[in-house]
Amino acid sequence: MFLSRPRSTADTRLAWLFAAPALGVITTIAAFPVVWTFWESLHLHDLRMPWLARPFVGAANYREAISDPRAWSALAHTIAFTGGTVTLELGVGLVLALALSRTRPGIGVLRTAALLPWAIPTVVAALVWRFIFESPGGFANALLSKAGLMEAAPAWFSDPYAAWVPIVLADVWRTTPFMALLLLAGLQSIDPSLYEAAALDGAGQLRQTIDITLPLLRPAMLAAVVFRSLDAFRVFDVVYVMTGGGPGTATEPLSLFAFRVLFRDLRFGYGAALSVLVFVVSFSLALLWLRLTRLNEEE
Amino acid sequence: MMPWSRRLATVGSVAIVAAGLIPVYWTLVASLSPEASLFTAPSLIPTALVFDHYRALFAGLAFWRPIRNSLVVAGTTTVFAVAAGSLCAYAIARLRFRGRNLVLAAVLAVSMFPQIAVVSPLFLMLRQVHLIDTYPGLVLPYMTFAMPISIWLLVGFFRQLPPEIEEAALVDGASRLQAFRKIVLPLAVPGVTATAILTFLYCWNEFLFALTFTLGPERQTVPVAIALFRGQYQVPWGQVLAGSVVATIPVVLILLVAQRRIVQGLTSGAVKG
Repeated sequence: MFLSRPRSTADTRLAWLFAAPALGVITTIAAFPVVWTFWESLHLHDLRMPWLARPFVGAANYREAISDPRAWSALAHTIAFTGGTVTLELGVGLVLALALSRTRPGIGVLRTAALLPWAIPTVVAALVWRFIFESPGGFANALLSKAGLMEAAPAWFSDPYAAWVPIVLADVWRTTPFMALLLLAGLQSIDPSLYEAAALDGAGQLRQTIDITLPLLRPAMLAAVVFRSLDAFRVFDVVYVMTGGGPGTATEPLSLFAFRVLFRDLRFGYGAALSVLVFVVSFSLALLWLRLTRLNEEE
Repeated sequence: MMPWSRRLATVGSVAIVAAGLIPVYWTLVASLSPEASLFTAPSLIPTALVFDHYRALFAGLAFWRPIRNSLVVAGTTTVFAVAAGSLCAYAIARLRFRGRNLVLAAVLAVSMFPQIAVVSPLFLMLRQVHLIDTYPGLVLPYMTFAMPISIWLLVGFFRQLPPEIEEAALVDGASRLQAFRKIVLPLAVPGVTATAILTFLYCWNEFLFALTFTLGPERQTVPVAIALFRGQYQVPWGQVLAGSVVATIPVVLILLVAQRRIVQGLTSGAVKG
């Protein structure tokens, strides 16, 4: 390799010199703050009561979280949201990826068009779907009333369960293109000769999909699901814009609860403890994803 | 594969993609409809095109301000992230040094940090140095995601460049620095551009930091401005939808210009969903 030139000490010095600005910034504004959040979570820090200073309280903030029903329901909401959206995305994304992989002319145009919902700001996606469900002139209610189901239509944003429908739909709409592209990349890496051999043996399309495509796509699906889950677990924007966590706190996920504790109640210690929870789950999934993708590459 | 299945697949993918575009299209139509028809039966075919909502949106130059803020913040962040990022990415992709893999792993790890886990210390830090509600007060936090994303993408692009050309320059007596500036950077222009475009897109769409670190309309970015749009009694939907369309225009342009690179970046796992 060209790297074998006897320059390695000079290279090392140059490498650290090159990396220094970026690493310095990352350390200051990302790594250091995360450590700070952990540290803060072990302290009582209430911005409304500066005279209390910032005493060390050990695990008190975590104990509070464990005995706080609102924290538990926020956790339940986050898990339900993650499970629900990722499952739906996987389903629709798989169908779209399978269809796209068999579309010959025009795949580029379709892929670009499919990406639009993913690329628009989450805030915009959330507002558009809120309007779809909220306005009497919105599509959701128009479709329901066309089907003669208007009576059955709930008041979407004041029902604690129905309020999840627009939230989940908006998120699935926004992130399915991403899932489909990940799966499409997986599909395109399957050796086409397998299908030819199967076709020679008389296996039909469906057989081929069930016996070749799906098993071989499993590693890619698993990695995509883990990756999407770690992202879904920190959900904030969609819910903030769509329901604000309401009605009441019926759709409040962990990130939003933590945000409220931090910036409305100004309880930085307790808010930090809640943030640490989001961090730990999301980061564990990230490590799992790294392992999975590395395993896939080695195969 | 049999032709009928191809045809079915084509019809299927067109149908799904078209269904996904309906909300976007309808938003465009609704933003151009008169206020009265916004709340009656929805229609995919515009009955009357009026620019009232856009006029109201920009009245008194109100919406230019968030647009300017977004452009300044996203643009500045992108320039710094890509500049520092390409140096770091070159080191990781091309220079052999101890700890190289560790640096790359750390960068990737940081790109996966949930924003909520860093938002409160960043707030305290920015408050300490009086940067709340300022442009640097947004650019700095934006680096938490912009920097690792650009590094990760650029490492991929630098690795794709053939090492032989650079090697030849080194043999001819060029220094590493010269080789980087004169040979590698010009070759990497497409990759650097794509990285800049994607980084800009993330900054343009960001919400949580912009919401937390601004105090009022003076420094609010486009997503925050639209999200906090409230009339006195109810949401002015016409203007909200018009604002949504305006916020989407740069995104559409970016997609059209850079779709191939975006797909490449997406599937390399660099990019968040």
